[in-house]
Amino acid sequence: MTSLPTHTQRKLGLVIDLDTCVGCHACVVSCKGWNTENYGAPLSDQDPYGAEPSGTFLNRVHSYEVQPTDGAAQLVHFPKSCLHCDNAPCVTVCPTGASYKRQEDGIVLVNEDACIGCGLCAWACPYGAREMDMAAKVMKKCTLCVDRIYNENLPEVDRVPACVRTCPSNARHFGDLADPGSAVSQLVAARGGMDLMPEQGTAPVNKYLPPRIKDRLDQSDQIDILAPFLAPVTDQPKGFLGWLDKALDRL
Amino acid sequence: MSQPHLDTSPPVSDEVRKTTCYMCACRCGINVHLKGGKVAYIEGNRDHPVNKGVLCAKGSAGIMQVNAPSRLRAPLKRVGPRGSGEFEEITWDEALATAVSWLKPLRETAPEKLAFFTGRDQSQSFTGWWAQQFGTPNFAAHGGFCSVNMAAAGIYTMGGAFWEFGQPDWDHAKLFILFGVAEDHDSNPIKMGIGRLKARGARIVGVNPIRSGYNAVADDWLGITPGTDGLLILSLVHVLLGAGKIDVDYLSRYTNAPVLVNGDPKSPDYGLFLRDDAGKPLVIDRATGKLAPFDQPGLRPDLAASHRHAGVTHRPVMHLLAERYLDPQYAPEAVADRCGIPAAKIRALAAEIAHTAFDAPVVLEREWTDFRGELHKTMTGRPVAFHAMRGISAHSNGFQTARALHLLQILLGAVETPGGMRFKPPYPKPATAHPKPHCKVTPGAPLDGPHLGYVQGPDDLCLRDDGTAARIDKAFTWDNPMSAHGLMHMVISNAHAGDPYRIDTLFLYMANMSWNSSMNTGGVMKMLTDTDANGDYVIPRIIYSDAYSSEMVAYADLILPDTTYLERHDCISLLDRPISEADGAGDAIRWPVVQPDRDVRGFQSVLLDLGARLGLPGMVNADGSARYADYADYIVNHERKPGIGPLAGWRTGDKGLTHGRGLPNAAQLDEYIANGGFFVAHVPDNAAYFKPWNRAYQDWAVSMGFYDKPEPYLFQLYVEPLRRFQLAAEGHGTRQPPDHLRERIKTTLDPLPVWYAPFEDGHADPEEFPIHALTQRPMAMYHSWGTQNAWLRQIHGVNPLYVPTALWRSHGFAEGDWAQVTSMHGTITVPVAHMAALNENTVWTWNAIGKRKGAWALDEQAQEAEMGFLLNHLIHELLPPRGDGLRWSNADPVTGQAAWFDLRVKIEKVPAPAQSQPAYPPIASPVGKGPGKLTWKVGQ
Repeated sequence: MTSLPTHTQRKLGLVIDLDTCVGCHACVVSCKGWNTENYGAPLSDQDPYGAEPSGTFLNRVHSYEVQPTDGAAQLVHFPKSCLHCDNAPCVTVCPTGASYKRQEDGIVLVNEDACIGCGLCAWACPYGAREMDMAAKVMKKCTLCVDRIYNENLPEVDRVPACVRTCPSNARHFGDLADPGSAVSQLVAARGGMDLMPEQGTAPVNKYLPPRIKDRLDQSDQIDILAPFLAPVTDQPKGFLGWLDKALDRL
Repeated sequence: MSQPHLDTSPPVSDEVRKTTCYMCACRCGINVHLKGGKVAYIEGNRDHPVNKGVLCAKGSAGIMQVNAPSRLRAPLKRVGPRGSGEFEEITWDEALATAVSWLKPLRETAPEKLAFFTGRDQSQSFTGWWAQQFGTPNFAAHGGFCSVNMAAAGIYTMGGAFWEFGQPDWDHAKLFILFGVAEDHDSNPIKMGIGRLKARGARIVGVNPIRSGYNAVADDWLGITPGTDGLLILSLVHVLLGAGKIDVDYLSRYTNAPVLVNGDPKSPDYGLFLRDDAGKPLVIDRATGKLAPFDQPGLRPDLAASHRHAGVTHRPVMHLLAERYLDPQYAPEAVADRCGIPAAKIRALAAEIAHTAFDAPVVLEREWTDFRGELHKTMTGRPVAFHAMRGISAHSNGFQTARALHLLQILLGAVETPGGMRFKPPYPKPATAHPKPHCKVTPGAPLDGPHLGYVQGPDDLCLRDDGTAARIDKAFTWDNPMSAHGLMHMVISNAHAGDPYRIDTLFLYMANMSWNSSMNTGGVMKMLTDTDANGDYVIPRIIYSDAYSSEMVAYADLILPDTTYLERHDCISLLDRPISEADGAGDAIRWPVVQPDRDVRGFQSVLLDLGARLGLPGMVNADGSARYADYADYIVNHERKPGIGPLAGWRTGDKGLTHGRGLPNAAQLDEYIANGGFFVAHVPDNAAYFKPWNRAYQDWAVSMGFYDKPEPYLFQLYVEPLRRFQLAAEGHGTRQPPDHLRERIKTTLDPLPVWYAPFEDGHADPEEFPIHALTQRPMAMYHSWGTQNAWLRQIHGVNPLYVPTALWRSHGFAEGDWAQVTSMHGTITVPVAHMAALNENTVWTWNAIGKRKGAWALDEQAQEAEMGFLLNHLIHELLPPRGDGLRWSNADPVTGQAAWFDLRVKIEKVPAPAQSQPAYPPIASPVGKGPGKLTWKVGQ
């Protein structure tokens, strides 16, 4: 079994805004592209042009419908990748030490050279965030683009995970969640950022910003506030022309 | 604790080449990372004005388009029957010689017998020019079945429309209202804009029967009944007018609200504007009470007074407008049931609009001078921005619905003002500044002018001397007078029917007409393969160009294989569909960042080659040799008029390089490449708003070559050209509509926005067909030519019919069930899924997921071919016969836009079939099948 560091200097992770994610899958494919070409074995695809194609993805977007007791149903788009937990059960379960959590930044990685493809870590992860690559027979997971975020061959502005760089609606944010002054920590504080499944005790580093309250337009309190804006000037075309004349005079 | 050594700075690529994606209509800039000459990674270009570094799923999956097994490999000659997919590879010499042997006799005797239509064409100013030189009147691209209602309504009303012509003021809007946008146009900029609005705390309201995508993140959602958006909008207008929540100053200065209209029903000018001798519309000057042309310096137009002239009362447009929309028929209570929106919610939305527009204006401290010479100290705007697209426009009432939305925007003073909607150069540009359509055919010579344009009245219709349609698609006829983008969806149907005449050769580019791009898909396949008494095909010859083995390939006689998007030159031109943003005019190129590994050629280069072989003017030199070596040569050296070419950047001026107007520059493409593949000229700050009336903008536009002299104009709340068609229908004038169309023209070509029920409602019994059925493209595949993409098909590989809760329960559906869906026209059997966030009478599915077996190099058992389906089988290009022997198209009566979303159906639970129905036999694949496994890593 593999041990976790008692403390990491930084906690790099993602803050994902569920109020803004439109479910476009840009992050999913950008991730697929970068990580097929980079860290470790390529993310393979089985039967890619066949009956039921399936491949390895490190990040997927799920969609859930929410049905409030009163009010219209809502659709929430929910991107999910490894949450780089402080108490990562995928690491402690690993029989070879292939799964590990980096001391310097808290990123959870798989050392593919040591991975025997036993799949225990995927069973242990309560989020289903790890995928066995069927071609390479090694476990694949989000690396937080560890080969981008420190990469001196990239312009500094691009040293962020591929999913964050590409997200069109700016629903994904990257930073150090151990630093209360970081932009991501402030965002979490301002928007009530949440842990995913906190009862699991995994202490995830990634946070989710919840959707704002929706469908307030015809709630009775809103109608009372807004009604004065529509006080009629007239209900007749003739009266309207009189109002118009006065309105022009006032200009 | 030891950790493995990790190289956190691996080399990313050998080289980055910057080009334009343009796999959809967003036209994002991309950085293509290469390793060993192969594409290793694609990301957005941070410097690019459209996407500023971001990229959608489709863009990132471009690598799977470039390596797709469905890529065509060489020119093909059909050897089996049409529709079989049996081909033989031939050389380019044979392919081009064959095409010339078909086309040359047509040009010399009857150029109209060539119908050249392009689908997802990205070079319409070029392909249109080619068709014009050939001399056929039969050219258009796919706008007629996409969103011409939106384009035409916008141009006629305000000289620009949404999307390619205009955008919300993302920096200043406080309330953003999105009507009927499917998860597409214009994809990345809308997502980016939504992100910016949310970051500023602005509110978003979605009006759409389906709460997915952008509507899913809207703060409020109005799940409207399809086809009733116009009614909802006019109800908002009713409430806002009644409350005086309109921008009176803006209306008097910048719109035709004060223009005087003839009110004498007996006059041949009834409903037309009072004009001076120079033809300028007249208004009453509030200072003097006298008539004055609309653009007179110092004028303050009156909205309230009327004018009696030669015994006829003339009233300002504003009077007609108030009379119509204050009518109780538009009260929220009167429209609520039809719209499926409670009256209280309509009022609440109106109140929020009023509050935001008039109690929280945006004031920019920027001086500007208007076209009447008045200096304004500030730029003040109404921060309510709207956006709309196909959802409201793909109905038979779509033109008037889009008009209604523009009326609402203009009444608020929320167009071209801070916080509202802003035009993108070269727009704004009034309808009168566009060409009119041309259709005069002379054998052996070019057409008399550009094909497509903006008619001003019956005189501009494309009719032959006997009154029949000059064009095969019947664009610009009494059936649909303002069909500014043509009617591609009618071409095959009309050609098959020989109505208005027979053609010889159908030449298509990137248009999947035997599948998802046609209404009545099964019928179209029959038309394409139908033979006459002699056993000859009714449509004698079909030439098709595509990069991929699409369903349409099987139905052509000659295939000209195109390159993929990274292997070619293109220009995204200001003459066409540029990359401009509200603050800058921009254009861009594609260039071959990788070389094709197949015997394929860029279609535009092939077209130039064909043009030279046919001796078309402009494509040959005096000695008959080819004028252009290829499309790149054309992009650099072609001049549409002196100094104006396809690209505006880095032209040759008197003192070195210049932008806008200038002579060709042989190194122009190198300049573009060095600049990341694009060019942007920023709009000066004092020209950034009020563009149609802003002297600084008008002067800048002239310097850029958008027009030759300043062309300030008024927004047309009342569209006089529509009234001219109505007048004809009432019996005035020499060019008269056929009697069967008179009543329809009177009702639907109303010069003020009007709502009428979608035409299908008048044919399909709402009791028998109570359900509306819609489609949309997923954002990951928006506008894409390649849903066979190995990565994307893992995300959107199935398309169930989504059914709302009440219908789901009443039909007793459970997960895994199938339904038979029936319209007036046809029946399909498809898998269903439950979705609660839907209008209660609406079902929908993802469009263009379903595939024909054998196409796109997919396995015949592919989920798209087994479970996938098209709604197209339920939608006919014609309305049901009325017993009058006439063919009534299922389209908007103003523009001819295909009325896809008028569809009404009934559904019934049925046992699961072996596969979705109808099922067609497999077509032979000219490219074989894709590999069984992908481990795509090009680096070491």
